Amino acid sequence: MQDTLTDAQICQPENMVYCRTALMTQAPLSYCPGCGHGTAHRLIMEVIEEMKMQANTIGVAPVGCSVLAYDFLDIDMQQAAHGRAPAVATGIKRLYPDKFVFTYQGDGDLAAIGTGETIHACNRGENITIFFVNNGIYGMTGGQMAPTTLPGMKTATSPFGRDTETMGHPLKITELIANLPGTYFVSRQSVHTPANVRKAKKAIEKAIQYQKLNKGLNFVEIVSNCNSGWKMTPLESNKWMEENMFPFYPLGDIKVPK
Amino acid sequence: MKEIRLMKGNEAIAEGVIRAGCDGYFGYPITPQSEVLEYLMANKTKERTGMIVLQAESEIASIHMVYGGAASGKRVMTSSSSPGISLMQEGISFMAGTELPCLLLNVVRGGPGLGTIQPSQSDYFQAVKGGGHGDYKMIVLAPASVQEMYDFAKLGFELAFKHRIQVMVLSDGAIGQMMEKVELDEQVPRWTDEEIVKLHPWSTTGKTPDRERNIITSLDLNPVKQEIINRNLQKKFKHIEETEVRFERIMCDDAEYLFVAYGSSARICQKAVSLGRAKGIKVGLLRPITLFPYPSKELEKLAKQVKGMLSVEMSAGQMVEDVRLSVNGAVPVEHYGRLGGIIPAPDEVLNVLEEKFIKENLLCKTH
Amino acid sequence: MTEEIIIAGFGGQGVLSMGKILAYSGMMQNKEVSWFPSYGPEMRGGTANVTVIISDERISSPILNWFDTAIILNQQSMDKFENSVKKGGILIYDPNGITRHPVRTNINIYTINAADESARMGSAKVFNMIILGAFLKLKPLIGAEYMRKGLEKSLPARHHDMIPENEKAIDIGKSLVKQTYTLN
Ligand SMILES: Cc1ncc(C[n+]2csc(CCOP(=O)(O)OP(=O)(O)O)c2C)c(N)n1
Ligand code: SF4
Ligand SMILES: [Mg+2]
Repeated sequence: MQDTLTDAQICQPENMVYCRTALMTQAPLSYCPGCGHGTAHRLIMEVIEEMKMQANTIGVAPVGCSVLAYDFLDIDMQQAAHGRAPAVATGIKRLYPDKFVFTYQGDGDLAAIGTGETIHACNRGENITIFFVNNGIYGMTGGQMAPTTLPGMKTATSPFGRDTETMGHPLKITELIANLPGTYFVSRQSVHTPANVRKAKKAIEKAIQYQKLNKGLNFVEIVSNCNSGWKMTPLESNKWMEENMFPFYPLGDIKVPK
Repeated sequence: MKEIRLMKGNEAIAEGVIRAGCDGYFGYPITPQSEVLEYLMANKTKERTGMIVLQAESEIASIHMVYGGAASGKRVMTSSSSPGISLMQEGISFMAGTELPCLLLNVVRGGPGLGTIQPSQSDYFQAVKGGGHGDYKMIVLAPASVQEMYDFAKLGFELAFKHRIQVMVLSDGAIGQMMEKVELDEQVPRWTDEEIVKLHPWSTTGKTPDRERNIITSLDLNPVKQEIINRNLQKKFKHIEETEVRFERIMCDDAEYLFVAYGSSARICQKAVSLGRAKGIKVGLLRPITLFPYPSKELEKLAKQVKGMLSVEMSAGQMVEDVRLSVNGAVPVEHYGRLGGIIPAPDEVLNVLEEKFIKENLLCKTH
Repeated sequence: MTEEIIIAGFGGQGVLSMGKILAYSGMMQNKEVSWFPSYGPEMRGGTANVTVIISDERISSPILNWFDTAIILNQQSMDKFENSVKKGGILIYDPNGITRHPVRTNINIYTINAADESARMGSAKVFNMIILGAFLKLKPLIGAEYMRKGLEKSLPARHHDMIPENEKAIDIGKSLVKQTYTLN
């Protein structure tokens, strides 16, 4: 008798507790180890898969670390210019009102260069879904200050910390757009612990479901880490996020349908 | 009998796109072309053909809405005037990089800056040489009448989808604002979603099990691949140069002198041709209808026949560079232009032609 | 036949719509037509003008600096366009508000008291139709049935009840136009 099980014996359907999401491609993720982008991708794809919506989904990838999202997500996707994803999604959704159309954007993309497109798509109540990954920094270009960078936070372009007197204040764009009549469901989540992942998935489910109601724009912010940009280990970055980001960007639903 | 109407150029192209089966218009008001959006709104296109019309928050948003709509295989368009077209260059470049078809209308006004709202042709370089970043070209159609504003809607969409390219109708305030007789044709039906999947297998309409996923992107971080992509784009532009040149010859057969002009300047030169002929001057007009691709070969031919060419533009001299490149020194090429929204008059341009070529020739002979 | 016309006056005098009715009527009579307006802020309260061309042939330039006929409705336009009438051409003007009358001797000059007459008729709206009548008397290019069709096409349906009044004003214009200078 063997005292240890072989791989083949272990890999049996009855033992399976977790598997690769079918709607994620085989391409290895290009994100830094420990980065929240990958988890956020997977959750969105899981929900689309569970809802059997692949054939009905069109995604819009931004400029930012997730610029290559279309390499990882096994759905039809279009790459947008920096900040313009909500306009691109508007164009698609207006012409295909029955498809599920979403954007996936970073904080620089959504809350700096694309603020106009974001606010107006929200205000028009476009029936699209926006997934907003807020890591308080420009990850892709090497850790510069973002509109969401916290006061005092050091980045490549605020090497002595963000001085709100000269550099302005972090922008709570999610609270801002929640105030607009065109948004239907607005929630802020994180994906750094299993419990948070479960909550985030629920919010993502709602934001996708609600699009079918044609009641307006659904918006899920994911407060995430950028361990590379923050110059921390993944664990340190998660701790720092809990201690600094969450007090300023509190998690939970911000606007829920009545 | 065909339906005829008296229409403004801007209204004619708006009616033209509806009848060409356009699916979506996204735009932002600016003089002298706001009638396009106004006409579409007043015509309740949603009820008439199902066409979507949306006033966006900016030209930047408009062009990116067009980019989204174009990726999904539909006939989409925007229109603007010079300052707005400048803002759109980012999106146009993205569409060039992703080879997406669309129709763009620039009703040019004088610049630079806010400039004037009066007609001008000073956006020639921007339209013809690629106004945004990267190595690309668009097909540029230059209407010289309200009828052509109408006709180029349908032609523009046909060319856009035939070559998967952006087609710009480069008009100006004069053609946009004036009224002329327009013959309208039958409504072209909009494509159904099923037709789009068949006709445009590249479009992002939702990944079905029977095909690979479609990705619309202009990004490739591998320079070797990026070079191949660019070379293929250039091949396409070359092919278009070989197959899609359009122009009109007016009194060219026996011409000794030639006007070269497009759009409203061509109309003025056409009158100047008849004034000149009445005086016994053998003058003709070559009117480029496509500005890219440019009728270079035709000009090269005419250079063997005429003694001089005068490029007339409402600009400081943009198209004249292409005329010179085409004739490559074979005959003298001069430029005459009015700036800032001033339209030259027919006898004014004829005088210039006489001054530059005919009187000088006389002088040469006496010396 | 080609008739090249400039109509110039204040914005609000119906300059552009008179030109449009003329162009539309010409088109209904199977002529080639063009209508080229001044546009933009220039028009707000200031002067408005429109070039109308009616022809049997394809129209070349819609923009001109010499005209067969100038219809002039304010002083500024008189100053600007009196010298743009071709030799032997005609100038029609409403003397109301004109302080400097035309002085050219190589054209035919006519007046039409349209402002007075429209006031007498109690309808400022027919002012431009009286002017149009004066023009049609001198240049009978377009038949009455085509003028009616032009009116039908260029007026929105809700104003079609006003067509008879407009036609009457055109007739009055025809009868009121007076020649003040004759070229020999
Ligand atoms: C017009 C334009 N400006 C600047 C850039 C450079 N750029 C690329 S990504 C980026 C910032 C992205 O930050 P964010 O949206 O927060 O995404 P992250 O990488 O942090 O996920 C910038 C400035 C660009 N691609 N295009
Ligand atoms: S740079 Fe930051 S946001 Fe980008 S992949 Fe790395 S950790 Fe993630
Ligand atoms: Mg970021």
